Amino acid sequence: MSKFEYAPAPESRAVVDIASSYGLFIGGEFVEPAEGGSFKTLNPATEESLADVSQAGAADVDRAVRAARRAYQRVWGPMSGTERGKYIFRIARIMQERAREFAVLETLDNGKPIKESRDVDIPIAAAHFFYHAGWADKLEYAGFTPAGSAAPKPLGVVGQIIPWNFPLLMLAWKIAPALATGNTVVLKPAETTPLTALLFAQVCQQADLPPGVVNIVTGAGETGRALVEHPDVDKIAFTGSTGVGKGIARSIAGTRKRLSLELGGKAANIVFDDAAMDQAVEGIVNGIFFNQGQVCCAGSRLLVQESVADDVVRRLKRRLQALRVGDPLDKNTDVGAINSAAQLARITELAEVGVAEGATRWSPECTLPKNGFWFAPTVFTGVSQSHRIAQEEIFGPVLSVLTFRTPQEAVAKANNTPYGLSAGIWTEKGSRILWMADQLRAGVVWANTFNRFDPTSPFGGYKESGYGREGGRHGLEAYLRLDSAPSTARSTRTGGSH
Amino acid sequence: MSGSVAKSQAREILEVTSPTNSSIRSWLHGLPGVDQVGCEARATGLATRSIKTSSKAWGIDLAISMIDLTTLEGADTPGKVRGLCAKGAAPDPSDPSTPPVAAICVYNDMVEVARAALHGTGIHVAAVATAFPSGRASMTVKLADTSDAVAAGADEVDMVIDRGAFLAGDYRKVFDQIAATKEVCARPGDRPDAHLKVILETGELVTYDNVRRASWLAMLAGADFIKTSTGKIAPAATMPVTLIMLQAVRDWRELTGSMVGVKPAGGIRTSKDALRYLVMVSEIAGDDWLDPQWFRFGASSLLGDLLLQRQKQRLGVYSGADYVTID
Repeated sequence: MSKFEYAPAPESRAVVDIASSYGLFIGGEFVEPAEGGSFKTLNPATEESLADVSQAGAADVDRAVRAARRAYQRVWGPMSGTERGKYIFRIARIMQERAREFAVLETLDNGKPIKESRDVDIPIAAAHFFYHAGWADKLEYAGFTPAGSAAPKPLGVVGQIIPWNFPLLMLAWKIAPALATGNTVVLKPAETTPLTALLFAQVCQQADLPPGVVNIVTGAGETGRALVEHPDVDKIAFTGSTGVGKGIARSIAGTRKRLSLELGGKAANIVFDDAAMDQAVEGIVNGIFFNQGQVCCAGSRLLVQESVADDVVRRLKRRLQALRVGDPLDKNTDVGAINSAAQLARITELAEVGVAEGATRWSPECTLPKNGFWFAPTVFTGVSQSHRIAQEEIFGPVLSVLTFRTPQEAVAKANNTPYGLSAGIWTEKGSRILWMADQLRAGVVWANTFNRFDPTSPFGGYKESGYGREGGRHGLEAYLRLDSAPSTARSTRTGGSH
Repeated sequence: MSGSVAKSQAREILEVTSPTNSSIRSWLHGLPGVDQVGCEARATGLATRSIKTSSKAWGIDLAISMIDLTTLEGADTPGKVRGLCAKGAAPDPSDPSTPPVAAICVYNDMVEVARAALHGTGIHVAAVATAFPSGRASMTVKLADTSDAVAAGADEVDMVIDRGAFLAGDYRKVFDQIAATKEVCARPGDRPDAHLKVILETGELVTYDNVRRASWLAMLAGADFIKTSTGKIAPAATMPVTLIMLQAVRDWRELTGSMVGVKPAGGIRTSKDALRYLVMVSEIAGDDWLDPQWFRFGASSLLGDLLLQRQKQRLGVYSGADYVTID
């Protein structure tokens, strides 16, 4: 029992109104699904049901795509960049004004600590809208087209499918660049975390965004499949598992649809013996326990130089004893709930595999709540490159510690994975940072920091972590038609329907 | 720990028969560096802890009991010092359950006045010495200054390091001066030695690497406490600087088994700030340091805000500045 007990400091739930049921957001209004199915979304910290959410079928997806096509042709496509920018700025401002509402709702639906939704997810989501709003009237200067020529053209209707780990932030990463470049959107949030997307739909109404520019269809894998396979979608943007990503790539192969994928990762966080140790330990903690490790770019493999490995592990364990696991709405909680029973089962299974493979498992003392989905922060030492826990993405608060002897070996081990999303380097030696960054096959390389996101910085993967970039100038490219063909490409189907 | 014990421990840690500049340098420069961005981010993160209700009440009382209530002005008079002592002993006349402060901190010519005023209260008298605040004087003068304070009965001596020597890389000189001052703090017979608090003046050391090295150097030379600032230089105490010093005492205990105290001084004015420091003490050094014996606030105006907040906790409403005595 510690001397300094922090009394509970819960954020108030009263700031957000959750409806008992939600329709689909199509053509600027909430509508009932054609076939009328619904599913429940849970608070993973308590397993209480938060709301009934509509299950969109193929007919609903079709309706949403038609609404998006209509908005693209009649309003959003012809609109000047300056005018589009005004709408996006307005959305960004409203998100900031309603930030507390969004933060509480995100924490309730996702299980992440309120301090993360309040200080990371929601502010960065708003920042993405602000950043991309600024691009809307400057696309001809983005460097994709020759100087003096017209702005590059949008693709048209974009289908976007996002994961449950950062529900609103991933929505922002998808919708903000799509709107800024002049596309219209049909977005499917994850089935376990649809609520902030539905609140965002209300923000679109509040901002008077023209109907059909943003459409939100809720549902599980079948809804996503209907969106991917819909013939009048010009592009699919997907963030999620590598398995599903590969399926999407196969499904749209041979069609005119474009695709960008942001998939899994098994990032190496590499600590050299000359690192600023206290900060490196913070970086390790942030790398794997931020959002309960449910982060595609999580630093799930700690590669530590053998000469300091014992010291680093000792410091890390000491640090983990100060982590506060529990009620996500408490402002002092560091580690919240796992998003779903299914994810908890997956983490539990892989942790058991780690023990069976002979690695040493350790967790700090912590009392987990009785209800809800919980997994204590876990560190595996004595992990080998050949262990499954060193190879497979666990997507949970589980760190595998491996050692290396030389910078060359660190690079070889870090790159020895089918993934290539992110990596971290901890050293006080600047020249080594530059050399390592050059050698590492990862889309993002953090030096003396980890899990830092900024709308101005492109994010995306190498190898099986996906393709295409999100954020920054590079991220615009995924939503622009840069070939020489005129931008009149429309499918015959909708072309004739108006 | 006496001055000579500290010296022999230093020889053991450095693995030399006599500490030289180069042996001290290679030891200090072998400490892990501090990444400025990461260190500041950690301090900012700890400042977001939300301390409510019962833990807030507990923290406010603890913070009051950790204050070195300070007056270090050219205009200090016996009357002013006596007033401060009275306030330190019974900070809130309307509520006798208010804990007293830890110490009254004065220039060494006021030690006798403070001692007389505090007689029987258990509150320590701390005296600043060694040519405070600049430390720019000969060693003879610095030691005489310290002897005066010790002879006058100071329970604690707050010395300043020679920042010039530190920045010039003359670590041996800084080490020797601290060790010599430590020896002067000893009292013969059963009378307890004066505790030595070593002021690093982090506002003049500037980099966090320097703060870490100065902290370890002071502990190596026998400091009982490491203290951020004189209060005469801006910036005085900051969260990141104190964080590094807390890491230093934590790691020093792991190395040697003995505890050293930490005292941020200057610039801590509100209860909110004080609670943030206590959170940092708890989460960085550990709860063993949550004790006036091991953590102090060097402050003057902080006490007033803690008392206001304490009254608010007790009465449920804010009173106002006129309900807290000025000194």
